[in-house]
Amino acid sequence: MAEKKIVDGRGSFCPGPLMELIKALKSSEIGDEIEVLSTDIGSAKDIPEWVKRGGHEYISTVEKNGVWHITVRKGK
Amino acid sequence: MSADKTCVVIVSGSLERIQMAAMVASVAAVSGHEVLVFLAMNALSPFIKGSNTLVPAEGEMGELMRELTGEKKVPDFRMLFEQGVELGDMKIYPCAMAMGVLGVEQQQLESYVGESSGLAKFLNEARGGQVWTF
Repeated sequence: MAEKKIVDGRGSFCPGPLMELIKALKSSEIGDEIEVLSTDIGSAKDIPEWVKRGGHEYISTVEKNGVWHITVRKGK
Repeated sequence: MSADKTCVVIVSGSLERIQMAAMVASVAAVSGHEVLVFLAMNALSPFIKGSNTLVPAEGEMGELMRELTGEKKVPDFRMLFEQGVELGDMKIYPCAMAMGVLGVEQQQLESYVGESSGLAKFLNEARGGQVWTF
């Protein structure tokens, strides 16, 4: 059963949120969804790029009140 | 699949340069690159255990980053190197000459720093890779 996790990278600059996401992916199962919260716009641009190259599925990026919510699905 | 190879040579002991080197090296490592880091000249001392306060800022950015690091804002460069080694294929080589000049032994260096290397060995391993110098 696929799970959904939230990784709170708010307040951390690049590449903090990306590193937090990667740690979360390592401890997840294929198909699990992870939503990264970030206040750093650089990370909001960087994470989708990394996810596509890394063999995972990029789902969406939504900005709410200065916080980017970047959702990805573990692909391998 | 043959991996991309990224080689990062750090000569400077300034916070800005070491931070930028840590960012390039760690992101390359978690992006599937083979990463070789060479700690030379003034870049070795910050990796001696317990040397937390010795890294000087070069300018305004370094001063600001230092203020922010305490409140978990800018990721600490030591943590980035450690994560690169743990999550990716990163090897960190302390320069044998710098260790000799400073009189530093392997066990005095941070645990994620690998065994010392001379230039000939590093150049040989770096062959064919991108080289970044800080």
